[in-house]
Amino acid sequence: MIIADKNTKAVDLVRAALDRAKECEDYHCFISMNEARALERAREIDERIAKGEKVGRLAGVPYALKDNYLSPDGVTTAAARMLDNFPSPITATAVARVEAEGAIMIGRANLDAFAHGSSTENSYFGPTLNSYDKSRVAGGSSGGSAAAVALDIVQFALGSDTGGSIRQPASYNGIWGMKPTYGTVSRYGVVAMASSLDAMGCLAKSADDINLVMSIMAGKDPKDSTTIDDFWTRELEDAKPKKKKIGIISDFLKDGIDPEVSKTVLDYAKKMEKAGYTVEEISMPIMRYGLAIYYIIQPAEVASNLSRYDGIRYGHRASDTTDLDSIYGKTRDEGFMPENKRRIMIGNFVLSSGFYDAYYLKAQKARTLLVNAYNEAFEKYDALLCAVAPAPPFKLGEKTDDPLQMYMEDMLSVLANLAGVPSVATPAGKSKSGLPIGVQLIGPRQSDQVLLNIAKNVEEAA
Amino acid sequence: MAITTEDVLHLAVLSNISLDEKQIEPLKKDLDNIVNYISQLDELDTEGIEPTYQCFDMQNVWREDIIEEFEADREDLLSLTVENEDHQIKVPKVL
Repeated sequence: MIIADKNTKAVDLVRAALDRAKECEDYHCFISMNEARALERAREIDERIAKGEKVGRLAGVPYALKDNYLSPDGVTTAAARMLDNFPSPITATAVARVEAEGAIMIGRANLDAFAHGSSTENSYFGPTLNSYDKSRVAGGSSGGSAAAVALDIVQFALGSDTGGSIRQPASYNGIWGMKPTYGTVSRYGVVAMASSLDAMGCLAKSADDINLVMSIMAGKDPKDSTTIDDFWTRELEDAKPKKKKIGIISDFLKDGIDPEVSKTVLDYAKKMEKAGYTVEEISMPIMRYGLAIYYIIQPAEVASNLSRYDGIRYGHRASDTTDLDSIYGKTRDEGFMPENKRRIMIGNFVLSSGFYDAYYLKAQKARTLLVNAYNEAFEKYDALLCAVAPAPPFKLGEKTDDPLQMYMEDMLSVLANLAGVPSVATPAGKSKSGLPIGVQLIGPRQSDQVLLNIAKNVEEAA
Repeated sequence: MAITTEDVLHLAVLSNISLDEKQIEPLKKDLDNIVNYISQLDELDTEGIEPTYQCFDMQNVWREDIIEEFEADREDLLSLTVENEDHQIKVPKVL
């Protein structure tokens, strides 16, 4: 990470980031830019450095903020018409923490509206293009964040991960992404999607950069009662795995997995062996049900969280509405994207009387089976290895007509969220046509730094 | 199970979304596909298994009942509404 000091001016770092953002405008990484405020903050930091004052660990580092983190300098849209006029009155805890260390937000990054999607094509403002191939998707939902890092506009970006939304776009753009243990980073001030699954994390180009940003964001926050005590306290070199044993989830090496992706996973396993790890295949049949479990629990929580958008207290209000029912109904019809509506309706379906036991309760029980399978595996292994996504980045428009095909994208990434365990996505190779392919390491709760340590070791040994 | 037009209309009511005619058929098809997919959980034996509603064994998280200053002031919050009067949010007549 390049940090401002006596020789490197924050203003120059910010100007370079803004210039690069302009050069890359056609990728549509950003929904809005924060140029004036970013330059003003950079000048303040440079003045403090000139006076010999202490500046933070991210002094003058430009970053991209996924536009579902609330921050008062502008409008927080969540990439939805529902919030396209929403000047946030509060600051997300994660934003406050990185900014207190001197990081400078240069713009708000594009996402699928309300973080519902795997390609950023569900954004009300249009899709983000893949940094390797403009005819392909950047992944999602943190597609803007991932492309902005991959295109060297910013050194890191904040993202949110409910079922893969940090890791899949990271993988699609050949960079690193961290979905931490549930409760590591405060969810306060981030537009809520599915509260038992949402995890705030970051995207960057190395394990060390991820480690630095996460160590700043992690820790208890009285404003989010599910946050846990700060465990992100070690130097990365000290977070060594105890067993040096890794399990490859064998259920995800064929059926439905692109052969080039499977080969990349197996090649990565060989690199792990070279780095001194024992790697074995482990069959975990329950993981094949992960996606079905996720697409019950997540929409149920989405339906509940998105019920707050009423066109009355804040956000979009449809015109020509006179009574309360039409304010609600028309506002929500106009303010939500089709995918938001599908999720809300599926959520209300699985929660409705007559279907609750067969779907929602069943899924929560199946979730227990999945958690048990993890616990058993982690008695033997430091981490589990599998791909992040079943195939390399797909073409724009390829899956927009078939929501279920889009959901299949999340088959491997939802598994960590359902159990609240950490997962790091790391670049692992390229397809024959030169598209990036990533793998993920999933570990027990609070082993986040161990996962980064392992992935960094493997990268260095290769 | 198959999702019917009536189901879509009922879910739209539960969801407080006014759908126009042209959204109904595509939604019926998409929701039906999704429900068919998630129905595969029927294959799993979950007899006697406790549900997992959240992943940490947290129970109630208590805090002292202290009034704290909120970071945004009342006027800022009221300015987000479409209609307000005398520090109150206005809504159409309900009763």
